[in-house]
Amino acid sequence: MQLADKTRSLRAKLGDTAMVIATLSAVLLLLLALVLLLGDVMVHAGAKLSWTFISQAPSNGMMAGGIFPAILGTAMLVLLMTAVSVPVGVATAIYLHEYARADALWTRALRMAVQNLAGVPSIVFGLFGLGFFVQFVGGGMDKLLHDGHLVWGQPGLLWAALTLATLTLPTTIVATEEALRQIPAAQREAAYALATSRFEVVFRLLVPQAMPGILTGGILAVSRGAGEVAPILFTGAAYFLPELPKSLDSQFMHLGYHVYVMATQSADVDASTPILYATVAVLLILTFTLNLAAVVVRARMRAA
Amino acid sequence: MPTPNAIPLPLQHIASRPRRDLPEETQQPIRGLPIRRPPQWHAPLEWLVRALAMLAVLAIVLIFAFLVKSALPMWTSGEVRKEVTQAQMWFATLWPGYDTPQNVWQPVSEVPKFGLWPLVTGTLKSTLVSMAIAGPMGVAAAIFVAFYARGRTREILKPTLELLAGIPSVVLGFFALVSLATWLQDTFGFDSRLNALVSGVALSLAIVPVVFTISEEAIRAVPATYVEASTALGAAKWQTILKVVLPTAAPGIASAIALGFGRAVGETMVVLMASGNAAITSWNPADSVRTLSATIASELGEVVFGSAHYAVLFYLGLLLFVFTSLLNLLGGRVIDAQKAKVKSR
Repeated sequence: MQLADKTRSLRAKLGDTAMVIATLSAVLLLLLALVLLLGDVMVHAGAKLSWTFISQAPSNGMMAGGIFPAILGTAMLVLLMTAVSVPVGVATAIYLHEYARADALWTRALRMAVQNLAGVPSIVFGLFGLGFFVQFVGGGMDKLLHDGHLVWGQPGLLWAALTLATLTLPTTIVATEEALRQIPAAQREAAYALATSRFEVVFRLLVPQAMPGILTGGILAVSRGAGEVAPILFTGAAYFLPELPKSLDSQFMHLGYHVYVMATQSADVDASTPILYATVAVLLILTFTLNLAAVVVRARMRAA
Repeated sequence: MPTPNAIPLPLQHIASRPRRDLPEETQQPIRGLPIRRPPQWHAPLEWLVRALAMLAVLAIVLIFAFLVKSALPMWTSGEVRKEVTQAQMWFATLWPGYDTPQNVWQPVSEVPKFGLWPLVTGTLKSTLVSMAIAGPMGVAAAIFVAFYARGRTREILKPTLELLAGIPSVVLGFFALVSLATWLQDTFGFDSRLNALVSGVALSLAIVPVVFTISEEAIRAVPATYVEASTALGAAKWQTILKVVLPTAAPGIASAIALGFGRAVGETMVVLMASGNAAITSWNPADSVRTLSATIASELGEVVFGSAHYAVLFYLGLLLFVFTSLLNLLGGRVIDAQKAKVKSR
């Protein structure tokens, strides 16, 4: 009897130890990968990363100077994308959660479509952007407005931003809906009992409370949009432009696209590697800061 | 003289349109109560919300419609069909200059050949490598975070692991191309520096956050009473995890794997940069590969609008779209079913 108990507790101990070792090593391996990647980038980027690098245009055939146009291009792209993606995403979430009937077939289909959109590969968005925005909408606009002269029917800032906006739509929709879901139904009922309209309930009661959630979704969308390259390959990014983008139909330089082209097509690897590392570092700092901001906002929201 | 404690009459709001989601009797004004009418400008704004929501729906419909529209010449255009047929894409064909029937991808040559097998095997190879790593790692990390990590450790560990999801895929591709490929070649001595293994390992870093986050949620959704009952019956923690928690969370974990798989199949920049991009049909993971997504990314830039090649690239996009949608649907359905199941208990 006692022996059986002892073997049992020994078995429990051994099994638990094995379990902890197995699962903990997975966690540690992932952390190691994260540290290796960040360390590798930061160590190599260190010397190159300076104020000149982020504030000047490239010179000497991209091998000297900085990457300011790429930073600016990324910022413009993401700003434009947010201006489209957030209003549409928030409105869709409000419609889904507050206006549409929860059990209707239509609502369920809509929700499924949103879920599906989140899983569509980013390169497919690139195809869509080229086929729809650039060739169909842009080409159509040229026919109507410019007698067929090529103005809008070619890759440009607006089309890339709209493509990215479609890509990040699910992020904002899901975050906003999640925030709306967390507001107790009693608040809505109380407000209706006080003779408010649905519009007032939504915009004066619910949206202010859902603001942190909307903000989190927006930040995550921006972070995702800043890092995606596949959707803008054919919709507007360029490797080198002598001047900054002037209007919505201009092409633009982009941090991620810069990394891709320089890493795969550079003639002088030794000269381009430090620039590459520094560009990657800038991109990582940008996306990580945004992600951390989202984590902080979310933590505050939970604490409140 | 007014009564000292006059209670103001409650206001009532009557919706401009009858609301179908409220009972009929609440729609009638109550006699004797003043009616409050909200400002006129609310109505157009309300319609704006509806219109914007419809825009999102439109986007989803349009994506599918335009993929189909651009790939359609493969079936409808005689000129395109002269260059490429479904049989040539999916089966081995005897090409001029070849001794045996083969399925090859050579879209830019005198006789363009659009055999899909090199791309499909390439995609599967790097995807399977990435899943073989990301699947077990993601689930194991989820078990640790959900079961062994406590308090502060958990609060720090979870967002840190999810930070992996914030790394842009072009950065992962760059890391694989410049550093990882060299490390792995030094260790294993590959013939080709960039191959399915290198891209698979890099890809796994992009997939792990998906698998981790969804499995962790599935594991935490297992009712505490299950764990308590198992512990009360004398099971050790590891036995509870293996025999009670994991089987209960199995559907959620399966959908985590499905969604991760979908992400891996569609992921572009990592494989574009780190897989070597050689369209070879082989099952050796140390060979260079070219995936469906990387093919689109590297060839769409040079293709002539409206050509057979153009239609084929959209056809590849359509394949990716349909395949990932199926995985998503499957994964989403499993998650919903599990949520309902856990709730009903």
